[in-house]
Amino acid sequence: MFYIHCPYCGERREEEEFHPNGQAHLVRPADPDSVSDEEWGDYLFFRDNPRGIHHEMWVHRLGCRKFFNITRNTTTYEILETYPMGEQPTITAETAKVRHEQGVQTADGGWQTVGARPENSTLNEETPS
Amino acid sequence: MSEAGSETNVSNVAVFDTHPAEPIDAESPLAWSRQRGLVDAAGGSGQVSAIERPFLGHLILRGGAITLDEAVRAELGINLPGQPLGLNVDAEGSRSVQWLSPDEWLVIVPGGEEFALENRLRERLGDAHFAIVNVSGGQTLVELSGDKARDVLMKSVTYDVHSHGLPVGKAVGTVFAKTSINLRRPSEACFELVVRRSFADYCVRWLRDAGREYGVSVESPTS
Ligand SMILES: [Zn+2]
Repeated sequence: MFYIHCPYCGERREEEEFHPNGQAHLVRPADPDSVSDEEWGDYLFFRDNPRGIHHEMWVHRLGCRKFFNITRNTTTYEILETYPMGEQPTITAETAKVRHEQGVQTADGGWQTVGARPENSTLNEETPS
Repeated sequence: MSEAGSETNVSNVAVFDTHPAEPIDAESPLAWSRQRGLVDAAGGSGQVSAIERPFLGHLILRGGAITLDEAVRAELGINLPGQPLGLNVDAEGSRSVQWLSPDEWLVIVPGGEEFALENRLRERLGDAHFAIVNVSGGQTLVELSGDKARDVLMKSVTYDVHSHGLPVGKAVGTVFAKTSINLRRPSEACFELVVRRSFADYCVRWLRDAGREYGVSVESPTS
């Protein structure tokens, strides 16, 4: 199970509360009447299926019920960042490649890189109830 | 488009009072559980107690936080929770406003107040961009208290229900035994579960099962 950071609730939640909704940042053609069948078909049916960094739309369906975006590595299942609708990713296939070449780890200690690290690490330590 | 917004105002939105002056029979969402003997007439002596608070007024408010905050403070005397997962309760503990999402709040008031409140809010909000929906019939509230209430919740939700995860004044939408609920912490002594009407019986049966080892009682006032 993953803990996923919802950018609207502002905290990490169990994967069970979320549902994936496919590729993010799809833009509907501004003037559908003027595009070719091929362009319309691409928009409607064809999706990227990259190995590695991918941007996906997810919904916090059992929480705030808002859609948001996730940058995810499709080979390691690592979630690199989550960000609200309308914003652009800070990690892309290009930046991840550079980081990899420079030996920078995108995540450590099991936390998502962006937005996931709790402000107070003691929250993750055992406390008597 | 600029004209269209002003056409939706108090005078042409259809609203109706779900609590008519002439009392008519109403059944709480736990009527079926009661009929099958799953609800106790009076509280038991167990360490967990679940009490339904049926027939409350539930309103969903949607719109901008600043606009709604002004109206809610003026009409209800409660601040709109500005931070995510906030829950503000009045001094009496009978009226509350809960953050549901960045543009959505749940207001719960004593049964019968919601229609007047909705009208007053509509009046005050005027031509602002907002929506109010009365969802009183669609959900019910169950109060969970007792020494082992938290232990029962730990078996039922994935959320951290310890006081550092769910302190007083916090409310979260989460998974409860595979169904969705709003889990609220209005006070130190109790948790509140806002459950869907059609899942109320399921939730009660789950609570009875999860609380069996501690002794659990489920109460539901009939009116
Ligand atoms: Zn959320």
